[in-house]
Amino acid sequence: MMRLLVFLFGCVWALAAAAQGNLDISSLAIDQFKTSMTKRHPQLLPWYQAGAIGLAKDGTIALRDPDAVPLSQRQSVTSLVAGENADRAGLYREIARANGNPAWEPDIRATFAQRWAERAPAGWWVQNATGTWQKK
Amino acid sequence: MTLNSRLLACVGASLLAGCITINIYFPAAAAEKAADKIIDEVWQLQSKSAAEAPKEKSP
Repeated sequence: MMRLLVFLFGCVWALAAAAQGNLDISSLAIDQFKTSMTKRHPQLLPWYQAGAIGLAKDGTIALRDPDAVPLSQRQSVTSLVAGENADRAGLYREIARANGNPAWEPDIRATFAQRWAERAPAGWWVQNATGTWQKK
Repeated sequence: MTLNSRLLACVGASLLAGCITINIYFPAAAAEKAADKIIDEVWQLQSKSAAEAPKEKSP
């Protein structure tokens, strides 16, 4: 009886240990979103630095100060932002799916939101949990 | 039903519930690690410093 209980606890520990591994981020779809975002980044960079674009609390980016973009370029920046946000949404969804848990998507999005904001260089704008924009 | 088999049934049920909980538990630390890896690539944080290093050495 006691041995059986010990064995059962052992099984649970093993499962718990397995659940603590890495997240799989190596699917083809994930790579495609990543490549597309990497290629777009140099075009977004000056707008992050100018404060026109900021990192939003929901893991997307936002055109927080349209006036910082000359009118002639506003449309192209708007479409860059839309493209980036579509890729980010796809990335979060695909990471959840690649790990067999599509329901994790909001958690993955929240984790990314927190990490993007944390890793942003000084001078970039990030949105805190209450929705206020702050310059790092 | 003996006391032992009742106890076993209880423990078995709670362990099963534990397994299900583990299965849907979100691995926050692993997710942060994965996010950092992707952010490094997208923002080219590591490749940039690696590319700058050899330049400084060249005459």
